[in-house]
Amino acid sequence: MAVSDNQRHRGALHPIHAVLLAGAVPLFLGAMLSDIAYSSSYQVQWKNFASWLIVGGLALSGFALLWSGIDLLRADRRGKLPLASFLLLLTTWALGFINALIHARDAWGSMPEGLVLSIIVAVLAVAATWLAFSGLRPGADK
Amino acid sequence: MRRSNLLAAAALSALLTACGTDPDPVQHGHDPELPDRQSGLLPSMNIADPAAWGDQRPTVPQGYAIAAIATNLRIPRQTLVLPNGDILVAEGMGGGAPILRPKDAIAGYIKGKGTSPVKGGDRLTLLRDGNGDGTYEGRAVFAENLNAPYGLALVGDRLYVANQDALVRFDYRDGQIRASGPAVEVTKLPSAINHHWTKSLAASPDGRFLYVGIGSNSNITENGMAAEGDRAMVWQVDAETGAHKPYATGLRNPTALAVQPGLGQLWAVVNERDELGPNLVPDYLTSVRQGGFYGWPFSYWGQNVDPRVRPQDPQKVAAAIRPDYALGSHVAPLGLAFSSPAMGARFGDGVFVGEHGSWNRNDPSGYKVVFVPFRGGRPTGAPVDFVSGFMGADGKTRGRPVGVTVDPRGALIVADDLSNTIWRVTRYVR
Repeated sequence: MAVSDNQRHRGALHPIHAVLLAGAVPLFLGAMLSDIAYSSSYQVQWKNFASWLIVGGLALSGFALLWSGIDLLRADRRGKLPLASFLLLLTTWALGFINALIHARDAWGSMPEGLVLSIIVAVLAVAATWLAFSGLRPGADK
Repeated sequence: MRRSNLLAAAALSALLTACGTDPDPVQHGHDPELPDRQSGLLPSMNIADPAAWGDQRPTVPQGYAIAAIATNLRIPRQTLVLPNGDILVAEGMGGGAPILRPKDAIAGYIKGKGTSPVKGGDRLTLLRDGNGDGTYEGRAVFAENLNAPYGLALVGDRLYVANQDALVRFDYRDGQIRASGPAVEVTKLPSAINHHWTKSLAASPDGRFLYVGIGSNSNITENGMAAEGDRAMVWQVDAETGAHKPYATGLRNPTALAVQPGLGQLWAVVNERDELGPNLVPDYLTSVRQGGFYGWPFSYWGQNVDPRVRPQDPQKVAAAIRPDYALGSHVAPLGLAFSSPAMGARFGDGVFVGEHGSWNRNDPSGYKVVFVPFRGGRPTGAPVDFVSGFMGADGKTRGRPVGVTVDPRGALIVADDLSNTIWRVTRYVR
């Protein structure tokens, strides 16, 4: 029992929180790949895919951000990891939102900013997920 | 981490709206000022805030009077004055393209706030002034169950109607108030997606040909190049056989066509592209040259390349014709009619243009009927407000003009699709 208490204090993620956070990664990754396809083929349907994938990624990571924020406000959370994780996810989401607005520009008007941001947001999403899950390593004491 | 957050927040607020404090450039005539393209995170927007007319009426110049001759219509768009003085009104709203990207859902909702909630009539209504006193007490439905009728033209004993998906015709005898039979299809018109659904119509002076204005299937090819086949052009249709061919291309959305009396030259008002800034690209009035290419999508106002189009086409850009007369950016001209001396000396030689009004500007433009003077058969000078007050000083919009038609007896008929009214402007004759 003591071990599980320690685990909870060491940044164990609730399964749903984990799914929301990690689930945004393939969506942002898919958006990045679709943007790469658009930039090389000029086929606008790729950009439509990217637009919807970004919206999906924002939805999931938005809820994960909310969860992370609420966790941060609870008294039993201590240490730098939850804060760093929250801020990294916040940055991911903010840039993702700007990316969504840029993708709303018509046709090639979203290039090249759209592709650049998609790559950045995909990398940040992976980093934020990595950081949040890294607190689960046994023996990690933050 | 904190610094990058603050930076993101600052960048977001700075980029969110394209703000401009410079005065608007001069944008009418043959040589409009074209500023640099702008693109922020959101397009500049100001959507009309509808309100009822109540006791108010639109404003007309001194010496003219305006009255509502029909109300409670169902989205009247274009009108036609028949030889016996009856007025035919095409009512309907088309389009309804499916939502392909997140923006379509949001944009549709926002732009819809500036329009009437009434469902389109899909019909032709006939108005009759039996005793010539200016009151159109007679009202009948000439034809119904049409498909977003818009363009109208009468050639001899045939009434042509351009629905959003087909050009059809009815037989018409002088004095008829109801169609004698179902419409006969002359030719199908491009209607897949139908982003720009209006099909404007004009007949050649000899009645052999009908010209149909077909708008593009997107703002700037965001639905793919394939969707733009047979779009953004004026078709020449053989009235007898229905055979058609492109007459002029590269016109983004030619929403009204008119044939110049005497000279027989076809003219169009065209709605140019959005989201390049509040002062780009000016909508225009132009003579339509057979075989001419006017730029869309690759360039605007001649050789100004639009960087949003891929793949580009430098050959087409080089061949693009500069339109004749700019009306102003985002004014949305939807009506065009050549005037006649019966409208008075001041407004006798030129065209009336119904400007539906802007959404892609913080400072609204359009929302009025203007008169463009002609001299020697060509537009000249600045446009003159003829019917205004649709957008009041209180910021509320009580009406939005669409089609305009000149009654040769000396009146201007204006369709208003926000208050669903037909207005009639007449001259005080002393």
